[in-house]
Amino acid sequence: MAEPKDMITVQDLHLYYGQQEALRGVTIDFRRNEITAVIGPSGCGKSTLLKTINRLNDLVPDVTVTGTVKLNGQDIYAPNMDAVELRKEVGMLFQQPNPFPFSIYDNVIYGLRISGEKRKNVLDEAVERSLKAAAIWDEVKDRLHDNAMSLSGGQQQRICIARVLATQPKVILMDEPTSALDPISSSEIERTMLKLKDDYSIVIVTRNMQQASRISDRTAFFLAGELIEYGPTRDIFMQPQKKETEDYISGRFG
Amino acid sequence: MKNDDIRASLLKRSRAAKNERFGKILTGLCILIIITVVVAIFYFVASKGLATFFTDKVNLWKFLTGTIWNPGTTDAQGNPQVGALPMIVGSFGVTFLAAIVATPFAIGAAVFMTEISPKVGRKVLQPVIELLVGIPSVVYGFIGLSVVVPFVRRTFGGSGFGILSGTFVLFVMILPTVTSMTIDALNSVPRNYREASLALGATRWQTIYKVVLRASTSGIITAVVFGMSRAFGEALAVQMVIGNAMLLPSNLISPASTLTSVLTMGMGNSVMGSLSNNALWSLALLLLIMPLIFNIIIRKIAKKGAMR
Ligand SMILES: Nc1ncnc2c1ncn2[C@@H]1O[C@H](COP(=O)(O)OP(=O)(O)OP(=O)(O)O)[C@@H](O)[C@H]1O
Ligand SMILES: [Mg+2]
Repeated sequence: MAEPKDMITVQDLHLYYGQQEALRGVTIDFRRNEITAVIGPSGCGKSTLLKTINRLNDLVPDVTVTGTVKLNGQDIYAPNMDAVELRKEVGMLFQQPNPFPFSIYDNVIYGLRISGEKRKNVLDEAVERSLKAAAIWDEVKDRLHDNAMSLSGGQQQRICIARVLATQPKVILMDEPTSALDPISSSEIERTMLKLKDDYSIVIVTRNMQQASRISDRTAFFLAGELIEYGPTRDIFMQPQKKETEDYISGRFG
Repeated sequence: MKNDDIRASLLKRSRAAKNERFGKILTGLCILIIITVVVAIFYFVASKGLATFFTDKVNLWKFLTGTIWNPGTTDAQGNPQVGALPMIVGSFGVTFLAAIVATPFAIGAAVFMTEISPKVGRKVLQPVIELLVGIPSVVYGFIGLSVVVPFVRRTFGGSGFGILSGTFVLFVMILPTVTSMTIDALNSVPRNYREASLALGATRWQTIYKVVLRASTSGIITAVVFGMSRAFGEALAVQMVIGNAMLLPSNLISPASTLTSVLTMGMGNSVMGSLSNNALWSLALLLLIMPLIFNIIIRKIAKKGAMR
C-alpha cells in the first residue's frame, strides 16, 4: 500500500475543556516531509491542536475530544491505540527549553532508555547522530557528561530537539520553539529545522510571521478555535483570501 | 517648584528611605539576637562538655569507645568509667533504622499525594499528616509503651524494650515530617519536566521514577536527614520504650539506651562541676555535633548526585 500523501489528517475535530469549546470542528491535513506553520492570535487553540496530535491533552482532566485524527492512516483516538506508543512516533518541542537536569548524554538517550535500550554502542551512536542532526554536536561533543542546564537557552532547545530525534519519530510538533530565544539562537534552530524536513514532518506553532514565511511550506491561520485559511505559505502571506487572515498578518489585531 | 526646592527635596532623606533604614535595622537586630543565642548555647555546651577531657583528663578515644558508663566509679587503673559507646550505638541504631524504614514509606506517600491522586492527597492525607506532626512526643512514647513494647515482646521475645521498639516509635514520629518535606521536594520539580517526559513516550511510572524522583533526589535526601536529626534528638518517646540499660546492645530486642535518654535521666542526679555532670555535658556536645556532621556528609552526597 502506498503511503498516504498526508502524514496527519484531522477531521471535524472538536475539543472541550470542561464546557469550554477550544477547537470548533477543525479539518486539516499536514503533509509528509513538509513544515506546516500554525498561526493565530493568543488563545485561538494552536497549542491545543498540537496536543491533540500526540494526545498530551489526555493528561488534562475533563477534556472531551470528538472527530478523528489520523496518523499515517491510523486513527489515534481509536480505543485500541496506546497513547504512550503514539508519543514515540510524534515528538514534541515546547516553548520553554525543558531539558532534564541531567547530563547532556542522559537527556538525549532518555527516550531510548525508557524503551528498554541498554546497549552502550547503540546509545552512543544515537547520541552522536541526534546531536549532529540537531546541529549542536560540535558545541557539546567534549562535554557530553556536563549537566544540560549549564547550556544557553538556544543550546538547551537544540538538546531538546536532539532528545526528540533520538527516538526517531515520524512527526515533530513544535510549540513556539524559539519564542524564548534570542535572534541568533532562533535562526540556528530554524536552520536545523530546514535540514530536518527531509526526514520528518514538522508542525510548528509560531507568533513570528517572518519565521512562518521563512521556513514553512504551508501555513494555517486559526481564529477562536476554527481554521480560517490554509494553503501554501506564499499564498497566505501574499494574497490571503479572507479578511481576517489579512488583518492578522498585517498586524491589525492579535 | 523652583530649582532650589527640587535640590533641597532631593538632598533630604525621603520618608521611604527612612522606612527602609528602619526595616533594615529591625531585621538586622533580630538576626543578631538569634546568632547570639546560638553562639551562647554552643559555647556553654562546649565549655562544659570539653571539661571532661581538659579538667578531668578523660581520654577522648576512651570516651567514644568505652563500653562502661558509670561516672561515679573508676576502673582498675583509676580512670573514671565514662564509656559512651553503648549510647552512641543506641542513638545511631534507632536513628538509622528509623530513617531506613521511614524513607520508602515517605516516598511512596509523597508520590501518591503529588503524582497519583493530588485531590485525595490534599483533602485527606495532608490534614492527617499535619495532625501527626502536632502530636506531642510523650503521646507517641505512651502508645509505644502500651502497644509496641508488648507487641515486640510477644513476637520477638525478650522484654520488648530495646532498639526495635525505639525504631518503631521513631519511625512513626518522623514519618510525617519526612513525608511532607518529600512532598515539597516533588512539588518543586517543574511541571514541564513531566510534560517533556510524557511527550517522549514515557509512562507515568517511568516519568515518576526516572525524572521526578531523580530530579528531586537532593530534596528527598534533605528530608531524610531532617528526619534523622529529629530522631537523633528525640528523648522522651525513646526513653519510654528503649529500656534504658547502659549496655552495648547485642541485638535489636535487648534493652539499650541513647544519648538523649541518659541525659534526661541523669541530669537531675548530678552536681554541677562534678565529673558525672561534665560527662553528661559531653554527651550533650555529641548530640549537638552529630546532626551537624550528618548534614555535612549528606550534603556532599547530594551535591555529587546533582552533578552527575
Ligand atoms: N488545560 C486547560 N484547561 C482549560 N482550558 C484550557 C486549557 N488549556 C487551554 N485552555 C483554553 O483553551 C483555549 C485555547 O488555548 P491554547 O493554549 O490552545 O491557545 P494558544 O492558541 O496556544 O494560545 P497562545 O498563543 O497564547 O499559546 C484558551 O481559551 C484556553 O483558555
Ligand atoms: Mg500556546
